[in-house]
Amino acid sequence: MAQRGRDTPEPFVWLLFSGGGMVAALVLPALLILLGVVVPLGLLGAPDHAHLLAVLRFPLTRLTLLAVCFLCLVHAAHRFRYTLQDGLKLTRFDGAIATVCYSAALLGSAAAAYLLFVSL
Amino acid sequence: MTTQRLYKPRISVLWWLSRRSYTLFVLRELSSLFVGWAVVYLLLLIRAVAGGPVAYQRFLHWSASPWAIVLNVVTAAFLLYHTVTFINLTPQAMVVQVRGRRVPPRLLLGPLYLAWLVVSAVLVWLVVG
Repeated sequence: MAQRGRDTPEPFVWLLFSGGGMVAALVLPALLILLGVVVPLGLLGAPDHAHLLAVLRFPLTRLTLLAVCFLCLVHAAHRFRYTLQDGLKLTRFDGAIATVCYSAALLGSAAAAYLLFVSL
Repeated sequence: MTTQRLYKPRISVLWWLSRRSYTLFVLRELSSLFVGWAVVYLLLLIRAVAGGPVAYQRFLHWSASPWAIVLNVVTAAFLLYHTVTFINLTPQAMVVQVRGRRVPPRLLLGPLYLAWLVVSAVLVWLVVG
């Protein structure tokens, strides 16, 4: 169990968890249902490549998507950390589990930054 | 000195299957995996778009494969479950007061669902063009 006090990052992580949860709630269903289900099933024609490229290269899109990716990944990491601890009774490995979860989220965010600001 | 005997109840690893509310709780917690997958999927799409028209076509072809569609349908279900549970929980986590009186939690749900609708509509419009 992490120490409870003013000198832990826990409150900050919980803040990111709530923010990320709200962003994931508002943004992800529409994008995933459209691009992962509706378009692949052929219910709607795939968006034009040139159009998607233009939308993605717009600076505000890049910034927003990076923020969305970061917040959603930290939210998922934080929640999964507690799922492992409580669901599988692994509280004694909290330090290792937290490190792996948050590292994965940061790695994913770094990949998002690279894709959005270097590859595109 | 008597030896200390601590009471340690044995809990099965599958404790969450014993009650419906527990199962729903664990399913809600597991939505984190699908939030993560949704982000990865969108990043793969962005990578394909950045790679040019051919890479984009290859991604579209892959995303139409049966296992990708099944995975994304399951992901969509978990994402919707996350959205509904997260929005419904917000008024309980966030107490809003107007003139010293607490705004009834139910009144906060309307604007939140409206925000979801507006954000979704804008996103679909942006993608479809």
